[in-house]
Amino acid sequence: MLRLGIDVGGTNTDAVLIDGQRVLAATKAPTTSDVTGGIVTAIGQLREAAGFDPADVAAVMIGTTHFINALVEGTRLAPTAAIRFGLPATSALPPLVDWPVELERTIGGHSYLCHGGHEYDGSRIADFDEREFRDVLDKAAQGGARSFAISSVFSPVNAEFELRAAEIIAEQLPGAPVSLSHEIGRMGLLGRENATIINAALRELAEHVTTGLTETVLGAGIQAPVFLSQNDGTLMDVDHARRYPVATFASGPTNSMRGAAFLSEQSSCAVVDIGGTTTDVGILQNGFPREASTDVAVAGIQTNFRMPDVLSVGIGGGSHVGSGPTPEVGPQSVGYRLTEQALVFGGDQLTATDLAVAAGRADIGDAARVAHLDPAFVRAALDGVAVRIAEVVDRMRLSAEPIPVVAVGGGSILVPDVIDGASVVVRPEHHAVANAIGAAIAEVGGEVDRVFSVEPGRRDAVLDEARQEAVDRTVAAGARPGSVRVVDIEEVPLAYLPGNATRIRVKAVGELSLGGNDA
Amino acid sequence: MREITPLDLPDMARGAAVLGTGGGGDPYVGRLLAQQALLRHGPVQLVDPAEIDDDAVVIPTAFMGAPTVMLEKLPSGVELTAALQALEQLIGKRAAYTVSIEAGGLNSLIPFVAAAELGLPLIDADGMGRAFPELQMLLPTLGGVAATPMAIADERGNAVSLETVSNGWAERFARGVTIEMGCSAAVSLYVLTGRQVKEHMVHGTMTLCQRLGAAIREAGAEHRDPVAAATEVMGGRVIFRGKIVDVQRGTQGGFARGEAVLEGLADDLGSRMEVAFQNENLVATRDGEVVVSVPDLICLLDTDTGEPVTTETLRYGLRVSVVAAPCDPRWRSTEGLALAGPAYFGYDHEYVPV
Repeated sequence: MLRLGIDVGGTNTDAVLIDGQRVLAATKAPTTSDVTGGIVTAIGQLREAAGFDPADVAAVMIGTTHFINALVEGTRLAPTAAIRFGLPATSALPPLVDWPVELERTIGGHSYLCHGGHEYDGSRIADFDEREFRDVLDKAAQGGARSFAISSVFSPVNAEFELRAAEIIAEQLPGAPVSLSHEIGRMGLLGRENATIINAALRELAEHVTTGLTETVLGAGIQAPVFLSQNDGTLMDVDHARRYPVATFASGPTNSMRGAAFLSEQSSCAVVDIGGTTTDVGILQNGFPREASTDVAVAGIQTNFRMPDVLSVGIGGGSHVGSGPTPEVGPQSVGYRLTEQALVFGGDQLTATDLAVAAGRADIGDAARVAHLDPAFVRAALDGVAVRIAEVVDRMRLSAEPIPVVAVGGGSILVPDVIDGASVVVRPEHHAVANAIGAAIAEVGGEVDRVFSVEPGRRDAVLDEARQEAVDRTVAAGARPGSVRVVDIEEVPLAYLPGNATRIRVKAVGELSLGGNDA
Repeated sequence: MREITPLDLPDMARGAAVLGTGGGGDPYVGRLLAQQALLRHGPVQLVDPAEIDDDAVVIPTAFMGAPTVMLEKLPSGVELTAALQALEQLIGKRAAYTVSIEAGGLNSLIPFVAAAELGLPLIDADGMGRAFPELQMLLPTLGGVAATPMAIADERGNAVSLETVSNGWAERFARGVTIEMGCSAAVSLYVLTGRQVKEHMVHGTMTLCQRLGAAIREAGAEHRDPVAAATEVMGGRVIFRGKIVDVQRGTQGGFARGEAVLEGLADDLGSRMEVAFQNENLVATRDGEVVVSVPDLICLLDTDTGEPVTTETLRYGLRVSVVAAPCDPRWRSTEGLALAGPAYFGYDHEYVPV
């Protein structure tokens, strides 16, 4: 069973072909502005290298930073109406309240409040006022809004307001994309609502990109289903991605970490991913990236996404090297111009890559062009890099026990063979395409996050119910039933509430079912 | 007297959440609410207790309820002024100042909303010098100030007033009303004179919050240890560095009670610490021995960033430092310990100061 993994990064599009646990071929092509051009080239190169039959490909998995980049750059976003059901509560902090002014303006600044939403116990704050909502829709449409983000207080407990709103939009503005907060985020109104608004603003781009991806894959003669990587290392199918583009946001670091785990056969380790400009360090636990504990701001917007906990430092293969008595490496970098500007490539900027070549750690470009560097200077500079990388690893690791360190990415030649606090430093084969491999080996997941009433003596039964729901959702998302396992359980009793109301979160994951009789 | 603008708020909210010792509400929501009010109505005057007249009427404002609920059902903004104005009507006097009852991410910032909307100056003080879970746990209770008459208001326009025989009864009735209002309500209580503020409140709390928040931010930006910076400002010490390996929670008596278990890292390698909480952190036990207890402050900070960790966000794998700091000395009196010492919370050991 062949899997095709593709990583569409800002600079390169990487593609890998995997057969079970074996990497058959790996290629890199420059990313094109239309996304699809780089993929066409990469798939073409793969076919040359491995000579596979497109009919043998069982699934195509794509990881992309395209959507998060669109938000960060504030381009290609749809004019979006953010409508919340919560009145008479919540008006102190209306939708879009803490957004950067530029982004708010880019999406049109349409923020509306309607009566409704629920209390913690599922009773209504106010009844649905259809006339009020239809008036808001008219206003938003006249103001130019094309995509709709709907949120409602305690919608993870009861989603009736959001669902009713979606029905009315479908009737009044047929075909307009609708994003509902209970399908996108978890408890915490502002974070969930912001994620929903971001999602809505990306819907038109998602329509365009997912259509392009599907056509590109078909154009290469591959009939297999196409999936996109999500933030937590699991997959969604291309139709889901069309409706939930926001779920791809942190897939880049996630894929590189999971790819590193696969290549090195380490399931609990630190992953050091060195690119052209930065070094990202994350921690893998049982094969999955550890998530950040605090809420994550994306492009200046507070969200409650699950994001991998990644610490970055400005050291990469393209980092400038200062010429002072104590050599400074980074944070300035030549970035993707490495092959023009680094000394070994005939440029005139001393970079970290030049140091690695001078020290004999890498055979890149023309080593003669760095022969003049003072060996003591080179050693001091590389030692400084090693110390800083070791510090980041040390800050990230959870126990004082030395842990394995897996080095991936094009700049991983900067990682020394011995690091303080590392039990071993692993530099796996194919490390430069770890992201694409991470995409290729992704799993599917399902999550429950709701307030349950836990009567005395019934805690186990309630937890079982929540677990089963998470497992069912995972299977519904495309997992092979026998492979599904619960990976995370969290209980938060709601202080002061009667009936032992408890917020329970359960996350389950499983292997992707690729048809056949195993389902 | 000084002017507080939105630029002052992020540091203040961060510092307040540290002094909230795990409780006191979410600093992000608190900061945003205050910020919106200041943007709409202009800066708020922060006055030192020494500047106010002895007979000035001071009416505190706060939110009561479940912090998890307040993250979802955000305030309308009218509840706070409604509660304060209902209390004014009850006592037949107008407030000259407002003030916060506790230090906490939400409740230190909330009085800015009432202050901005009603044009009242805010006093640089609070009633606890930290956060506690119950309404009667204020230093003014020790000074004989009655919590009632008190008003509770919601976003619908309901306002309930209470007159009780003791501050403990005020807590019991107010808790019931708050649950009916959706577990989140605005309260106004403990009408004080200027003289009572000077005698019974903790002075300079807002300024301390801001200083504490700034110390953490600046240390982070300058790559110094933010936990050490916070500890220095509080006059406390770091009693443990570790990671959370277990969080047990249960709902007892209408509170989130539970315990976080930490495994030591670095200098604390091989040791364990348990931190027990009832909304706020109460007792820290190291390898079976109680090392600090209420009413002293037990604060959990993210070891890397120094950001305060509230009890709702405790989770497996988080790397935290436990900072213990002395409480206001009045809490250490016999009466103070009876009101908010280990025995009140059901522990059979004596108060263990930091």
